[in-house]
Amino acid sequence: MERFTVAVQTAPFDAGAELARLSADPAVGALVSFTGQVRDYGDSDGVVALELEHYPGMTEKALAAIVDDARARWPLSAATVIHRVGRLALGDAIVLVVVAAGHRRDAFAAAEYLMDYLKTRAPFWKKEIGHDGSARWVEAKASDEAAADRWAGEEA
Amino acid sequence: MTLKILYFARLKESFGRAEEDFDFEGGTVAELTAALAARGGAWAEELAPGRVFRVAVNQELAPPSTPLAAGDEVAIFPPVTGG
Repeated sequence: MERFTVAVQTAPFDAGAELARLSADPAVGALVSFTGQVRDYGDSDGVVALELEHYPGMTEKALAAIVDDARARWPLSAATVIHRVGRLALGDAIVLVVVAAGHRRDAFAAAEYLMDYLKTRAPFWKKEIGHDGSARWVEAKASDEAAADRWAGEEA
Repeated sequence: MTLKILYFARLKESFGRAEEDFDFEGGTVAELTAALAARGGAWAEELAPGRVFRVAVNQELAPPSTPLAAGDEVAIFPPVTGG
């Protein structure tokens, strides 16, 4: 089994299957997963869909680099990051992070770290589509930068 | 020298193109974005000093002082918003 994987895809993912795959290791004592999904408000209200654009090639490299950074900070058994692109409807899953480790503190911390860096370093862009067909690029948030920055200089 | 430049998201729409080959007689990322801004219009607006955008050189995020070489793939895009 590939223990550390990243994927960018238009197709839906099966979070349960990923959890099962990463749990099949007797050294794993903790599995943490995060799923992000399309909600009906963001920079605008009444959002009915998102369009996700990315930079093919750089995206996969950036995700792999973020996973490598997490592995350098915490003793992880396995991790997977899956990010969808294209048009996603309300309630559709956007991103999945699963981390497997011996202990829960490492798994929780690494999962949060992966999401914080993914949101500020991986080249994805969201456009919100409104019920009236309006389209609006989502603005980057200072709070996301602050969330990633708080890991700098902090020892795991 | 010739660079391949890619644009994404809002900048792709503002500039009306996803990519171009650009003849460039400068040295750094900062000089490249200044040369593009000199086209005026949306270029001047989006790439003005003080506007926030990101640049990647050969698919790695690159600060303004990064030197450029012939054949480099340079991407210019808004701050990322995935996740």
